Amino acid sequence: MEEFLTDQLKTQEYFLNMGPQHPATHGVLRLLLKLDGEIIRNVDMDLGYIHRSIEKMCEYDSYKQIVHLTDRLDYLSAHMNNEAVCLLVEKANNIEVNDRIKVIRTMMDELTRISSHVLWWGVMGMDIGALTTFMYGFRERELINDIFEETCGARLTMNYNVIGGVRYDLHENFAKRVKEFIKHFKKKLPEYDKLLSNNVIFRKRLEGVGYISKEDAIAYGLNGPTARGSGLSCDIRKIHPYSAYDRVEFQEILFSEGDSYARYKVRIKEMWESLSILEQLVDKIPEGEHRVKTKAVIKLPAGDFLQRVETARGDFGVYIKSDGQKSPYRLKFRSPGFANMMAINKMSKGFKIADLVAILSTIDIVVPDIDR
Amino acid sequence: MTNSELKDKLENIVSGINFTSEEGDFLSLEIPKEMLKNFLVKVHEHDELAFDYLFSVTGIDLGEELAVIYHLESTKYRHMIQVTVKAEGRDNPEIDSIHDIFPAAYYNEMEAHELLGIKFKGHPDLKHLFLPEDWDKGYPLRKDFEDINMLIRK
Repeated sequence: MEEFLTDQLKTQEYFLNMGPQHPATHGVLRLLLKLDGEIIRNVDMDLGYIHRSIEKMCEYDSYKQIVHLTDRLDYLSAHMNNEAVCLLVEKANNIEVNDRIKVIRTMMDELTRISSHVLWWGVMGMDIGALTTFMYGFRERELINDIFEETCGARLTMNYNVIGGVRYDLHENFAKRVKEFIKHFKKKLPEYDKLLSNNVIFRKRLEGVGYISKEDAIAYGLNGPTARGSGLSCDIRKIHPYSAYDRVEFQEILFSEGDSYARYKVRIKEMWESLSILEQLVDKIPEGEHRVKTKAVIKLPAGDFLQRVETARGDFGVYIKSDGQKSPYRLKFRSPGFANMMAINKMSKGFKIADLVAILSTIDIVVPDIDR
Repeated sequence: MTNSELKDKLENIVSGINFTSEEGDFLSLEIPKEMLKNFLVKVHEHDELAFDYLFSVTGIDLGEELAVIYHLESTKYRHMIQVTVKAEGRDNPEIDSIHDIFPAAYYNEMEAHELLGIKFKGHPDLKHLFLPEDWDKGYPLRKDFEDINMLIRK
């Protein structure tokens, strides 16, 4: 019988479109799968369903306007993206910001990171088939959005960073609310583990799936939690500290397994580290102005500038080639999402379609970030 | 390693490099396009340089010619260089593909090809990535690109 199966039953390779309208692609991503039965032989991607050519738009905009365009890249890390452009312009023009601005920015960064990771956790569970997690994730995320709303006036794309500081001073309730959130979230995070992390079905879907070695992670240019799941140390907050990251203690989370479950664990542990950073800063917000004075029209000196920040998805880079004018000659966003997509073929070859959904989920794709 | 130390090291390994800037976070240099692959293999495999991480590939329109800017980093030592390679002319710009040295370049080269019209010799599949398959209006990131429907102002 076995002989018959291997000799007589031939399978045929065929192509299948996954997306652009597919719930597991988190937006409008189109993957072209080459399949043998249900086993993936090759994955190619076709992007651009939400391409807005932001890089070209930036060539016509002033630096103050560019800050707000970056919201529309990775909208879940909107605050960090804004910060990258602000830090670049401040560095190029030697604008010194005071400690209060640095601490505010860092705290907002970490709140954004938790908010993004919580949403990822909810969606991750949903992709695997555990619908409850989505509700749990949104419950905690709502608390962070309330904190943002009070201080920034917006809940998602806050536009809070401006060149030379932040737009508004902190709301008087900010420290109190953050402390309440820390207390609340410390009780909830172990619940997440009970609900999902140690679930047998969940672990079987992730362990050993989507393996990528450290060497491959370097070669394919992976970054962020995705690369740290393969043991590649790449946290920009540690390597090139910016804002207040040089004055807080935190651990860079590394796992060496390189599979989907390792990437999952990295993000869960990162939420604990973010909480610890918030705890260290919340009682020590220095006094001072929330915004330093800058010129009305900001120009960059001629030259090449690069600023990298660690967003929730990884190493976000802004490269500007300036010719001394009020808008950049060429601006390049090095988006972490696009870089992580490079290895999708390598990670998913030999696995099944359902595993691809899990892999996409653990590299935490946000399509506007990939398409730019 | 500081920028000047990096410069000395690089000068010893490869000749014909034009160093453009030593200031800032990274060393900027320019090499002729014929040298590109040879240069990258050497700095990738060198023990003390170990440039193993391709941070970004940026296509750029410099006016008279097009160029590609590579940012390379070492995951071991954390130093960085910016390598500019000019593709001579605007009509048929061609540069060697480096996706066999850095797999990360694969989709980045597709992007630079479709948005700036730079051909990458040795790239197996230079199809449209971001733009529609039937796009024929030119190369959007070039400075002489004009499309009143797509760009709001100039």
